[in-house]
Amino acid sequence: MPKNNAFGYGRYLLSIIFAMSLNIAAWPQPLTPFNPNWILLVVIYWVLAAPDRVGIFSAWTIGLLTDVLTGRMLGLNALINSLVAFLCLRLHKRLRQYPILQQGLFIFFCLLLSQFLIFWITDSQTIARASYTFWLPVLTGTLFWPLVFFSLRAIRLYRRIR
Amino acid sequence: MIRDRTIQIIFCPLWPTRFIFEVIVINPLFATGPSINTRLLVAVVASIALLVAERKSSQLDKLRSVLSMITYPIQSITDWPLHHSKETVESIKSLYSLKEENEQLRQEQLIYKSQLLKYEALEKENIRLRALLEKSFKLGEQVLVAELLSVNLAPFEHIVVVDKGTRFGVHAQQAVLDAYGVVGQVYRALPLNSEIMLITDPGHAIPVQINRNGLRTIAVGSGRINRLILPYLANNADIEEGDLLISSGLGGIFPQGYPVAVVEKIILQPNKPFAEIYATPKAQLNRSRELLIVWKSEAPIPLETQETEQADENHAEE
Repeated sequence: MPKNNAFGYGRYLLSIIFAMSLNIAAWPQPLTPFNPNWILLVVIYWVLAAPDRVGIFSAWTIGLLTDVLTGRMLGLNALINSLVAFLCLRLHKRLRQYPILQQGLFIFFCLLLSQFLIFWITDSQTIARASYTFWLPVLTGTLFWPLVFFSLRAIRLYRRIR
Repeated sequence: MIRDRTIQIIFCPLWPTRFIFEVIVINPLFATGPSINTRLLVAVVASIALLVAERKSSQLDKLRSVLSMITYPIQSITDWPLHHSKETVESIKSLYSLKEENEQLRQEQLIYKSQLLKYEALEKENIRLRALLEKSFKLGEQVLVAELLSVNLAPFEHIVVVDKGTRFGVHAQQAVLDAYGVVGQVYRALPLNSEIMLITDPGHAIPVQINRNGLRTIAVGSGRINRLILPYLANNADIEEGDLLISSGLGGIFPQGYPVAVVEKIILQPNKPFAEIYATPKAQLNRSRELLIVWKSEAPIPLETQETEQADENHAEE
């Protein structure tokens, strides 16, 4: 594998920053509860695409930065990211062969796991009152996975094809 | 290869940032290191240690402050397009509309100034009356104008970010106002920015009193931007629709006397001990872009006596 073309640090970092930006963007009020965890989706993509470069510790660090960015308890997103990265690393050989729909199912369960962890660890009044809308990001995240997957793959492979 | 990188890291002036980037990008130490099970164990233990440590002590605030230096630029660039589009609209406004706005602002300023004149006289009178009652009280606050960043941290919490932090002396639990009323309180102060919890956050409560008769109660956030709940008032409490609620100053966070909300709807529940009362916040929570962070004056204004009146008047003027 050629050393520089296989993995673009710049694109990787930019995609993470862009995902962070999407996560905290001020969407119009009715759309707010639908906003999925873009950072987790992008981390999943990079773990699947370059498992030898992006691993559990990278995911953990990104999670820690996410915690600071969004004002969560330190370690919440770090825990989620490292667990999901672990699942992706374990299954990445199989997941790469799956059609996008089957991948979507896996993503759905990853996002569900992450939302459950938030539900259990955060002891805020807010979540207790949020009812079913709390779980909406799991669905929208799954629906946006193909978009994230194909756009990031296009970005990752852009220079190699040329 | 690794040695080159180490030298680069040591000599790079921005090495903390660089180090974090290195960790995000690739960790050469673990490239052929422990198995992913071990790594997961380390990561999970580290996360849980952080979660527990933050609940037990405030030592981790420093870590958060340092990391917020990295994340603040991301919040700024997220805010940038919207901020910039607003500025563009401002700059291409026609001369006529600007003149009109200017005229309107001038008139408003005149009105406010004349009201302030009266306020100064009232303040003096109030101090004298309180001296008669032998009650000391706190008056006068310092404010700092902070600009809102249009970012949305978490979908279910009403927490906003402003561009002033501990660099400007902001600290947690300061009251935040806008031109119309109480907005919320500083939830977490970071070096470059701070997070502000709005009064409508479901986890927020503010001690209020009814302006008409001084009845005290607590207004709790509802999770909706235009609604507060007053859950602790009995069915026969003296409260009417349209009553103004002002901050009561109890609890020590919010200064006394600022408008908070207007009672909107009262639903009596004869079968329950408390009535269901809703209020609409006076502050324009989803429209204000400039917020005022308030410092309370520490020392209460001393009692005025006949002998020291002159000296105290000088003090009050300060």
